[in-house]
Amino acid sequence: MTKLVYFAWVRERIGKTEEDLDLPPEVLTARDLLNHLKTLGEEYENALQYPEVIRVAIDQEHVEHFEKIAGAREIGIFPPMTGG
Amino acid sequence: MTMPTIRVQTDDFDLQSEIDLLTAGRMDIGAVVSFCGLCRDEQGALSALELEHYPGMAEAEMNRIALLAIDRFSLLGLTAIHRYGKIAPGANIVLVIAVASHRQAAFDGANFVMDFLKTSAPFWKKEHAADGSPRSWVDAKDADDTARDRWR
Repeated sequence: MTKLVYFAWVRERIGKTEEDLDLPPEVLTARDLLNHLKTLGEEYENALQYPEVIRVAIDQEHVEHFEKIAGAREIGIFPPMTGG
Repeated sequence: MTMPTIRVQTDDFDLQSEIDLLTAGRMDIGAVVSFCGLCRDEQGALSALELEHYPGMAEAEMNRIALLAIDRFSLLGLTAIHRYGKIAPGANIVLVIAVASHRQAAFDGANFVMDFLKTSAPFWKKEHAADGSPRSWVDAKDADDTARDRWR
């Protein structure tokens, strides 16, 4: 099981703050994960409609979409940041 | 190695007391530069901003940015505080204080931290409209990416 955490409008559109998911073995990279999540239902499709703008963090560190997610304890999925 | 002070909190902060904490008893500091970001009302359109953050990662990312700045500009001290929750127009959102021997390092250090904080620290702003119309998330700005990229 991998813990996924969602923030801001990704969280609102999916309708969950976090969940534990069993990921299929063919999900290797952050990009694969976003594409997989999009197949889980309309709310995911809506949240991740433009995956290229979505940011991914593995164990609380930013990663690029081509990076592998193997061994991740927690994966954060969120829109571009607007703090400061 | 200088260690930064990083805080993510709902409470307000006090600029002078944070400066005093960095400079107390030190005779080697020649420059203190502070940046304080406040909530605007956008000509009366907003009643508040709501700041969401990724607990744990927000602190970790601010710490990573702070260590880069300390190393790059030889800072003698650095404090970065970011608030979350509902923030009213006129209230503080973020504080960065950089101290160094000379002014250029302190100016650059504070500037660098803010540019990276805006694009890399996991915070998101949601607008609360004054007229009660639906709340909307603030869009990220390309200008912020450009500001960050000039340090590369």
